[in-house]
Amino acid sequence: MWECALLRADSVTFRYHAGTPVVVDGVTLEVGRGDLIGILGPNGSGKTTLLRLLSGTRQPTSGRVLFDGEPMAHLSRREIARRLAVVPQETELAFEYSALEIVLMGRHAHLGLFEVEGPRDYVLAREALAATGTAHLEDREFHTLSGGEKQRVVIAAALAQASDVLLLDEPTASLDLGYQLDIAALLAALNRDRGVTMAISTHDLNLAASICRHLVMMRNGRVLASGPTQDVLTPAHVRALYDVDADVHVHEATGHMTVVPVRRLRP
Amino acid sequence: MSLRRRLLTVVGLFGAGALAVILWAPTVGSTPISLARAFDTAQPWADNVDAQIFFVARLPRVLAGALIGAALAAAGVVLQALMRNPLATPFTLGVSAGAALGAMLAIALGLDVGALGVSSVPVASFLGSLAAIAVVYGLASSQKRGLSTNVLLLAGVTLNSFFSALILFVQYLADFAESFRAVRWLMGDLDVGGYGPIVAAAPFIVAAFVVFAMLPRALNLLTMGEDMAASRGVEVARTQRWAFFSASLATGAAVSLGGPVGFIGIVVPHLVRLVVGSDHRVVLPAATLFGAAFLVLCDLVARTAMAPLEIPVGIITALIGGPFFLWLLVRQA
Repeated sequence: MWECALLRADSVTFRYHAGTPVVVDGVTLEVGRGDLIGILGPNGSGKTTLLRLLSGTRQPTSGRVLFDGEPMAHLSRREIARRLAVVPQETELAFEYSALEIVLMGRHAHLGLFEVEGPRDYVLAREALAATGTAHLEDREFHTLSGGEKQRVVIAAALAQASDVLLLDEPTASLDLGYQLDIAALLAALNRDRGVTMAISTHDLNLAASICRHLVMMRNGRVLASGPTQDVLTPAHVRALYDVDADVHVHEATGHMTVVPVRRLRP
Repeated sequence: MSLRRRLLTVVGLFGAGALAVILWAPTVGSTPISLARAFDTAQPWADNVDAQIFFVARLPRVLAGALIGAALAAAGVVLQALMRNPLATPFTLGVSAGAALGAMLAIALGLDVGALGVSSVPVASFLGSLAAIAVVYGLASSQKRGLSTNVLLLAGVTLNSFFSALILFVQYLADFAESFRAVRWLMGDLDVGGYGPIVAAAPFIVAAFVVFAMLPRALNLLTMGEDMAASRGVEVARTQRWAFFSASLATGAAVSLGGPVGFIGIVVPHLVRLVVGSDHRVVLPAATLFGAAFLVLCDLVARTAMAPLEIPVGIITALIGGPFFLWLLVRQA
């Protein structure tokens, strides 16, 4: 698909335990350097598991994932973490940490066993907080932040950890409309201005339409369609993915494609 | 304040406090003694009663308290991070119940023989704790890669009740004198009778602390969840294994030395977190030092409050720890 893929899944199949159903089934995809791809699909389609495979936190049952040409299985957690960071849907802490402490934790893979964060780590952490518009929150306890603030701090931690690739698992799913737009704008800006390569799994078709250059559509663990957003975001594909009839058209005010669900089809 | 300065401040203050308590505690008792005279090397040892009381009669007990307090407090910190549960304690995983069963068997079967200044009761107790560690680990690691903290918790709780039933059974079969000794052991007793038992237990606890020293930053990340920690560069399964074994080993060694002294592993970490925050690189050394001082002070109360009657130290820590634990529960909710 793209010339120099930073992340590449090669007919990857995965099941959590022997004897259980396959969750990801022969998926091949590429994430090019500087690309911003969206992974769409209904609940249980394997999006989250695919992200885990792409982040190397799970190893495929068969097939392989290449990170910058190197098989993921040959890289240590540390080596991967220095270049690739993950943002989950929600972050629950068992103990209380300040926003700055959370972001500094992103530096873990860059520090030696007994090493302590130095001035450079603080500079990077504060830069990341500034880039996500959360510099003023640095001393606040994480659990006192709003959902949108938390998510931006976690994205800042991911940026302080690795600026090459971010994998985001439904980053806006638990946020209200205002925060959804904030996060979408933030991600688009990070991709555009800093060249951060991103893969985002989401249920929000309009978020995907507004910021993603490429889409991968998954159902039952398989790739149903993939390609440039304007080519694959079609009523036929939305129907095939969700069993929903939808209008898809370019919205004049926003300038990007918009999906309006019309009715549910009984599968 | 940078972490390095925070760490130095905390270790300096908590360390000075612990040292002061360890030096002061032996001077208090039925015969008050002077610290200056105890350390006065001009007087010959045979004539220096203060030195004899300090070093022979009281210091071993104080050092045992410090070692056990430090081990249980640090083990509590590590296990709470591992389980992602601030209410976990070193006794949650059944290690102490295993140790208790070992001690009960040694007492009831009359295996109470000594060698090299170490009686067989702590040895049996330590073996009991190792058996419990093996069972819990076997269960928790059978299902998936890494440790299932849910299974860890449930297996530990179940093992605790199971061993408690066996302990009661052993006591039921024992004669009156043995039964009394067994009950007294279960209440915790820091009067270890000399330096021998401390020297025997110390290597295991020191080994555990060497592992603890390598864990704190990974523990910080583990509190965010396993997947998150892994994506931040933590080798999760390996970290969990090391944390589990080191904390269990420290607990087993501490319990075999002084009996199951409760609540240290939960009261101390929480009080410390209120003061220094949640960064395990600061919490762990602070809890270690504070745990040492805390148990020595509890034992001081135990042996002086109703003198000449001695209250078992486990009762003092429970009287302080029980209400504190409930307060934590309410505060959390």
